[in-house]
Amino acid sequence: MSDLDQLLDTEASVAAVGTEMLAAAIDQQGAAVHRADWQPPTPGTAAALARLAAGGSTAEANSTALTRMLAVRPQLTDVSTAIEVIPGMTERTFLHAGPPLEWERASGPTRGALIGALIYEGLAADPSEAEAIAAAGEIELSPCHHHSAVGPMAGVTSASMPVAVVEDAAGDGVAYSTLNEGLGKVLRYGAFAAEVIERLRWMQEVLGPVLGAALRSRGPIGLQSLIAQALQMGDDGHNRNRAVTSLFLREIGGALVDGADAPVTDRKAVFEFIDGNDHFMLNLVMAAGKLGSDAAAGVAASSLVTVMARNGTDFGVRLSGTGDAWFTAPAPPVDGLYLGAFTEDDASPDIGDSTITETVGLGGFAMAAAPAIVGFVGGTAAGAVRRTLAMYEITLGEHPAYQIPMLEFRGTPVGIDAALVVRTGIRPQINTGVAGKVPGTGMVGAGLVEAPMECFTEGITALAERLE
Amino acid sequence: MIARVEVQPGRYHDSVRLMQASKVLQELPGIADALVAMGTELNLSLLADMGFDADAAAGAGPNDLLLAVRAENDQVMEAARLALEAALSAKPVASGGLDGPEPRTVGSVAARSDANVALLSMPGEHVFVEAMDALDAGLHVMIFSDNVPLEQEIALKAAASNRGLLVMGPDCGTAIVGGVGLGFANAMQPGPVGIVGASGTGIQELCCLLDDADVGVTHALGTGSRDLSESVGAVSTLQALSALDTHPPTELIVVISKPPAASVAARVRGAAAACSTPTVVTFMGETTIEEGAAEVLMRLGVPEPAYRSWDSGGGPVRQGTIRGLFSGGTLRDEARFIAMAEVGEVGTVETADGHCFVDYGDDEYTKGRAHPMIDQTVRLDRLAAAADDATIGVILMDVVLGYGANPDPASELTPMIQRATDAGAAVVVSLCGTRGDPQGRDEQAAALNGAGASVWLSNAAAAREAVRVFAATNGGTT
Repeated sequence: MSDLDQLLDTEASVAAVGTEMLAAAIDQQGAAVHRADWQPPTPGTAAALARLAAGGSTAEANSTALTRMLAVRPQLTDVSTAIEVIPGMTERTFLHAGPPLEWERASGPTRGALIGALIYEGLAADPSEAEAIAAAGEIELSPCHHHSAVGPMAGVTSASMPVAVVEDAAGDGVAYSTLNEGLGKVLRYGAFAAEVIERLRWMQEVLGPVLGAALRSRGPIGLQSLIAQALQMGDDGHNRNRAVTSLFLREIGGALVDGADAPVTDRKAVFEFIDGNDHFMLNLVMAAGKLGSDAAAGVAASSLVTVMARNGTDFGVRLSGTGDAWFTAPAPPVDGLYLGAFTEDDASPDIGDSTITETVGLGGFAMAAAPAIVGFVGGTAAGAVRRTLAMYEITLGEHPAYQIPMLEFRGTPVGIDAALVVRTGIRPQINTGVAGKVPGTGMVGAGLVEAPMECFTEGITALAERLE
Repeated sequence: MIARVEVQPGRYHDSVRLMQASKVLQELPGIADALVAMGTELNLSLLADMGFDADAAAGAGPNDLLLAVRAENDQVMEAARLALEAALSAKPVASGGLDGPEPRTVGSVAARSDANVALLSMPGEHVFVEAMDALDAGLHVMIFSDNVPLEQEIALKAAASNRGLLVMGPDCGTAIVGGVGLGFANAMQPGPVGIVGASGTGIQELCCLLDDADVGVTHALGTGSRDLSESVGAVSTLQALSALDTHPPTELIVVISKPPAASVAARVRGAAAACSTPTVVTFMGETTIEEGAAEVLMRLGVPEPAYRSWDSGGGPVRQGTIRGLFSGGTLRDEARFIAMAEVGEVGTVETADGHCFVDYGDDEYTKGRAHPMIDQTVRLDRLAAAADDATIGVILMDVVLGYGANPDPASELTPMIQRATDAGAAVVVSLCGTRGDPQGRDEQAAALNGAGASVWLSNAAAAREAVRVFAATNGGTT
């Protein structure tokens, strides 16, 4: 029996989209009718959307890209040094968050973090010398994303920094991230005072080697199951990582005791550092996300969003089917709550690679799992659920491992489809921290932001052109 | 009296909601005139016709919302503004709680429901993407919208037939699937006849005549106005024909269409002849719908009834041409076919000299407006003009009832019909409706008749009456 025969033999159940009067006419007959709150697509995209739909390959390409994104099994295998493991890294390479950027256009926090990193690397004695070196173009600035890496906020990664090595147990991908410094005056928020540099040195000399040794002695730690458990303990994987950090400590605890050849005071300090930093796991969750993002990249005709990243100046998006291209728009301000006496006037525009979490179904997309943070980012628990539910309208699937108890353990919305973003006008929802705009300030608040629509309209237009 | 014209760039609402909002405003005390519409050429010209300052809307395009209000004073203007915002922001469906937002796309509504057919009525340029969503989700599609590019129709029908799915449309006004009317559809009792139609009002008129003979239908599958063109090649018509042929409750199939391309007509006739179910093919221009209905009834052994009519009582009628104001394209074509045999050339555009039958459901009059079966504004405007035009003797118009259509068309039409009959014009109404229609067919007929119109259930009979009255008042000269 064909589908058409079936239509003639079963009761009609109608998806009525468009004029409400026609939907009401079906109601009037007592038949089943399902409505949509349809709106025209973002102006200027109708032709590109039609071309994508007509190509016939986008649906399949998106399914391929999403399957690859979800197939990765990230595991933390080692902590090493940036210059030893990150591809393309040199002593004068400084990685940063977001799309490509020149010093002249760099935001306050990015400049501050570069200044701090130049001092940390011993390339500059003080901030003014550091600025002069950077302004003279004597260092190479490059996005983390071009080096299999991700970095939160400014994302500045330099040669001597310890980096986590996250490998795909189900494939051959590798991703890297720096280790998280904690909150307050930290490099990633653009602070470069002596205490910041001092902490970075301790991380290089103690934290990195001790963690690396512990990991090598106990073996890899699977990250996906830790993140999945944490979502059921109130984390979103972006702005709340308290549960996943606690779970990580349980995993690494034994090896810290007997797996690292280091003085007990150092091993205790490492334990206390991780214990004292609820965001310790953010960078590792991000590296896990980067593995999925890289795995999904490069599928011709796919409109799946593989990267959303910001550098405080630009917000950048990459699509699976558009190669290395970045689609950028000015980084938007964050709608947030501010620490102490800080106000929105002190805030830098949106910054950081941490939006990789939203790209893989965490953060703003998993907000319904994290009622504890809604106050922090200025919302209500019901609002958090609604925000997550809205994200299903722009995603291609539901995450098989990351589940939300509140939604009857439904998988988080995952695999942002740029075509659905421009069709629905619903922009990806991001939970984020806010950096001070003046170099050296540090963190000033946290809040919510939506990815700029232009990035998606440009991406869809470019993808459609490739199909011609 | 003060007037205000405003353009809100980039604010979109569907045309029916805008019509309802206009109506809310017009009914407010102290409001003389109101127009709430998208800034299409048609609506901009209507704005000028209504005496508003068209320059104030210069530069408005079809994606911009046009607001024009004429009010007694500032207080009324402010009340109108508030009422308009309320009317435009009212949501037809509640949302909230753990249910999250309403689905935004056809793909989303398909994923969230057990829907097996999608009824799409967004502006034509956006239909293709949503229809592909529906096909990808395994849904049959009815596309009510017109203005869908031809190459997109061809691509959709190819994609659908590969998947064993049916695309009804674009520009498919009517279907009845398993007793459920989609789009503009009359209430039909179940019965032995299966209809395949490339014409919405053709299907409706056939339903209306069959209902008057007490014959019901299994399904009425629309195929869209261009399905029988050379380039589309009757893909949907052939699919629907074959499905009905193997559908046991369907004892007789009728194919009804506007004049098809010759090669396609031959293919459809061939497929019809090969059906194991008796099949009647009715192509407009060769026969009338009334003749098609007669053949169906004959094959079923049901006597053809004298289709109902409501006489005007017949007073003296002024001399002049026949002016046809139609909302259904096929009804216009059938009436014109009949009239031309008697009175010679009948034009189809408003600028034509002499007799002229215009289809106000045509694309030209529906860009940025709801179909005239819902929104009678343009037709009322032309009816008033015809009433006041001493060169017009007979006004012939259709009134289409059924689900999806205006809930009470007669109440809007009767004042203008009265004006026309008072001025000495004859008004002949072709009433397309069935006994079960929600508007109340006989009540509508009585109201129209009460304003001086003669009312005919058969469109062909209405056309013959218009010609008869014309001939009688013009001494048989044409």
